[in-house]
Amino acid sequence: MEKLMLLGDEALAQGALDAGISGAYGYPGTPSTEIMEYVQRSPQAAERKVHRTWASNEKTAVEAALGMSYTGKRAFVCMKHIGLNVAADPFMNSAVTGVNGGLLIVVADDPSMHSSQNEQDSRFYGKFALLPILEPSNQQECYDMAFYGFELSEKYQVPVLVRLTTRLSHSRANVVRRSSLPEKPMTFPKDPNQFMLLPAIARKKYKVLLSKQKDFLTEAENSPFNQIDFKVKKAKTGIIACGLAYNYLRENFPGPELPFPVIKISQYPLPEKAIKQLYQMCDEILVLEEGMPLAEEQLKGMQWEGTKKIKGRLDGTLPRDGELNPNLVAKALGLAEEKVMPIPEIVAPRPPQLCAGCPHADSFKTLNEALQDYGKGHVFSDIGCYSLGFMPPYQAINSCVDMGASITMAKGAADAGLYPSVAVIGDSTFCHSGITGLLDCVYDKSNVVIVILDNSTTGMTGGQDYTGMGRLEDICAGLGVAKDHIRVVVPLPKNKEELVRVYKEEIAYNGISVIITRRECVQIVKKRYKTEG
Amino acid sequence: MKKDIILAGVGGQGILTIAALIGTAALQKNLNFKQAEVHGMSQRGGDVQSHLRISDQPIWSDLIPFGKADMILSVEPMEALRYLPYLAPDGWIISNSKPMLNIDNYPDLEAVYNAIKAIPHHLLIDADAIAKEVKAPQAMNVVMLGAATKYLGFENSEMEQAINSIFARKGEAIVEANLRAFQAGTAQV
Repeated sequence: MEKLMLLGDEALAQGALDAGISGAYGYPGTPSTEIMEYVQRSPQAAERKVHRTWASNEKTAVEAALGMSYTGKRAFVCMKHIGLNVAADPFMNSAVTGVNGGLLIVVADDPSMHSSQNEQDSRFYGKFALLPILEPSNQQECYDMAFYGFELSEKYQVPVLVRLTTRLSHSRANVVRRSSLPEKPMTFPKDPNQFMLLPAIARKKYKVLLSKQKDFLTEAENSPFNQIDFKVKKAKTGIIACGLAYNYLRENFPGPELPFPVIKISQYPLPEKAIKQLYQMCDEILVLEEGMPLAEEQLKGMQWEGTKKIKGRLDGTLPRDGELNPNLVAKALGLAEEKVMPIPEIVAPRPPQLCAGCPHADSFKTLNEALQDYGKGHVFSDIGCYSLGFMPPYQAINSCVDMGASITMAKGAADAGLYPSVAVIGDSTFCHSGITGLLDCVYDKSNVVIVILDNSTTGMTGGQDYTGMGRLEDICAGLGVAKDHIRVVVPLPKNKEELVRVYKEEIAYNGISVIITRRECVQIVKKRYKTEG
Repeated sequence: MKKDIILAGVGGQGILTIAALIGTAALQKNLNFKQAEVHGMSQRGGDVQSHLRISDQPIWSDLIPFGKADMILSVEPMEALRYLPYLAPDGWIISNSKPMLNIDNYPDLEAVYNAIKAIPHHLLIDADAIAKEVKAPQAMNVVMLGAATKYLGFENSEMEQAINSIFARKGEAIVEANLRAFQAGTAQV
């Protein structure tokens, strides 16, 4: 079969296409963005007219994917780990309704926070929702698990959570393709009550979900992706290696014979039978997992006869935070450490920064000038390239918490009497989670100035479309912001005076102002110039 | 055959193109490879690196362990030094000498060069100037690839084939410019 060179993200996308999806949903977020981008670029998806546009946010994406599943079609939804917080409502409830067509909820975690505000581990969500979880350890498994995941989802009529992590999402390797499956025909759910979570029905549906737990366990115990290597019958240490962590173990022991009994886990719930056997064979268990100590904590609660030592992230054998690597695993295994050359002291840090010519730079410089009489501490901001406005030389913002929080935090601070209270939010972020916050401001007649940095793209993740493109003024006016106080300016050095004046005028106004600073992202302009000449 | 390579540079300098070219050449030779990239926030003018592994055996980790890299191939001199803990004692450091001065506290350039020259196997070339000389100013990264090819265990013709296949859709002029840059790079060794 055909061999491809794919990122883990892309392998999952290609697998889903070959497994016959009719729709892909999602909102961009590192390290998950390339999943949807791959489907959008795919000639196969175009030919089949697979649905593949971005949603406003992760919640609407999960709901739309669930709607496609309702019709009997296969669909997936993709997002970064933090996006699952936004989608937690439909995610948790989709476990109770269950699915009709196969549904994969693909979440890419970012341990070490390479491009994120936290490093939460999505496996906890899977466990919380009582759903099967797949955690591929390599690109080929990403591809194969798409097929397997849809079958599992349809067999038990539940969504399946697929958990990726940065190093797999963004690492490329050879992937062997198999022949592709046709899309599913449209069929209504067999049970007309399936998607009705009225309390009386929900109670029954929840019991059904609970009754499936033993089946999920049996599936995990027999999963082709969970490998049990007990060739060594008795050893001091037994090893449980989850997902990517298995590779780091094997990097240290690349040969066919491992000196320990090992369980490689890529499907959850944890395969208890094998773990119990391992527990009885060894004096201590070392748990290697990329992310938070999920297996390790559960293992501590599984104490069978005797009290054996459980080693991992909780006892300091491995660091409590951050991603793993082959060296950390070597150390946990007690292997001799490599002598390595140090980084010379002269090497200076090179943090990311706004691009040369970035419109945000002009928006920030002029905002600083407009606010200089009020001192520091008046600007709430949000998630995007413009979070870099915190760095020198701008030092223009005071918060970056979650998607949309700039507007609602500015509102809360204004409620407390802060004046001026300013929110700075990107155009895509505004459409993701800013609109409802603005409606709160309208309802409460809050005295806030909301600056929408409109670079006409989702910049941070490499330039994706977003749902409200070209309609920002209409959206704000529709929510009830007075038209005179929806101002549009072009952030260019030559317009500096105009920008400062507009900021000052709207700060002086007692009410809600929206200032849209509109100029296209320089990266997008460059990209277009390259492709169109 | 097994080569572990750290590619280093600053966001936007084209290290992912180098990775794609080496990956394509590896695939043509039916070798296994893994290549971990950096996407997201660091791409905005920050330091970026890619771990590239090629082998005729299975490759487990996507990340190269410390002290095991056969080569650091860098398109910026200070960035080459940032990854020294990965370099094997007998590894090569092959770097562009042209600094990217987008920070205020860039160290003394001579000190940077001296630290590179302290590595037993090193090669320091002005790839920007070489690319300009052969009228391929956008192809500094491909000059660096040319300089590294001999030590990567590839024939020049294998890399040229990869250049042809990767740049073909951008037109003949672009393919030719990259081939000139590549050949100028190979001549530095």
